[in-house]
Amino acid sequence: MEKETVSVEISKDLYERIERYIKENGGFSSVREFIEFVVNEVLEGEEEGGYSSEEEIKERLRSLGYL
Amino acid sequence: MVSRPHGGRLVNRVVSGRRREALLAEARELHKIEVSMDIASDIRNIAYGAYSPLTGFLTSDDYEHVLHDMRLSDDTPWTIPIVLDVSREELGDVREGDDVALTLGGEAIAIMRVEDIYGWDKEEHARSVYKTKDPAHPGVRKTYGMKELLIGGPLDLIKEVSYAGFEKYSLNPAETRVLFKEKGWKTIVAFQTRNVPHLGHEYVQKAALTFVDGLLIHPLVGWKKRGDYRDEVIVAAYEALIKHYYPRDSVVFSVLWMQMRYAGPREAVHHAIVRKNFGCTHFIVGRDHAGVGNYYGPYEAWDIFSEFPDLGITPLFIRESFYCRKCGGMVNAKICPHGDEYRVRISGTKIRQMIMAGKKPPETMMRPEVAEVVLRFKNPFVE
Repeated sequence: MEKETVSVEISKDLYERIERYIKENGGFSSVREFIEFVVNEVLEGEEEGGYSSEEEIKERLRSLGYL
Repeated sequence: MVSRPHGGRLVNRVVSGRRREALLAEARELHKIEVSMDIASDIRNIAYGAYSPLTGFLTSDDYEHVLHDMRLSDDTPWTIPIVLDVSREELGDVREGDDVALTLGGEAIAIMRVEDIYGWDKEEHARSVYKTKDPAHPGVRKTYGMKELLIGGPLDLIKEVSYAGFEKYSLNPAETRVLFKEKGWKTIVAFQTRNVPHLGHEYVQKAALTFVDGLLIHPLVGWKKRGDYRDEVIVAAYEALIKHYYPRDSVVFSVLWMQMRYAGPREAVHHAIVRKNFGCTHFIVGRDHAGVGNYYGPYEAWDIFSEFPDLGITPLFIRESFYCRKCGGMVNAKICPHGDEYRVRISGTKIRQMIMAGKKPPETMMRPEVAEVVLRFKNPFVE
């Protein structure tokens, strides 16, 4: 099933810069794919921040001798 | 379930991944404000959630509420103003709404959105926070030496900063929370200290531990006044005490990089809030906790907690203990029937004097293993 989408406006200038970036660097099939990737990266970064996953925290605690 | 963070959510302003790279690049173009090690520790504590729910330095609205009501503007208990002072020259052309890079040793460690630039009355600040305007008080003296403006607003940590030498013992709140969960602890009591441990400290810690699952011994490292024990001495002394006298599975030793403010009762509440963010459910409040000289009554730091029924961490007030030769151990006035002739009062000042003179405190005051470690240091005190 196709994911439900909404429209967001961005400046034409930014849109064209992304298009140029994709053309030069590849890796994305569309501006939309690029934006979804970047936004996800930022949001995941926000949610996890400097904290590692719980497993990584446990690993650090083990290496320090706490566990 | 360990303690819920203060304000409901553990703040996390540590930036990683691509966003960090982008912010590091952005920081190069921003106006820079150099900060001290004390401010760097506040930045770190904000970013890692030790100061939850703060997401940055206080804006004027929150500052005024903290100063006069001991609460943030949304009514959350908060007793110590966490502020960033700057001079007009340092601020330059920065306006409210601008981003600035906060630097330590010239390197950007955080980006701050300056939401508010405001003046402050240092005497009023001193009177409210320290209950005195006397410049002989170390916290007041420090306040008077601060710059003329305060800036408030949220920040993001973009470069890790730590207090050199104690990385092994530096756990952030997310880490202690995972650690407590892994240990299966539901109730955890925190012990705040800036001293090497004597038998009185051990007594209160173990008395509290009897009723909870685990103990977090959490000494402060960072700025302290002249004559206090040096950080490395405190850490070494606790290593010895824990090795010889504590059950390994019910105690966690970690350090907290945070300056001492010597604000007595207000700071006692602050210490409790911070430990709540580390996942603790109980907090031992000492007699004259965070006090200095005779600025505060011996039990003021206990009384203030009655003003915060909504604190979310349980303060523990444990009576002053002493060694009783007749009982043959550490006791307190409620449980010991013997007279003064049997009682050895444990005085931190007396122990300090003995150590200064190179003498080993008696076993009725300090564990021999601890005393030996302390005496091994050429100068165990801050100069």
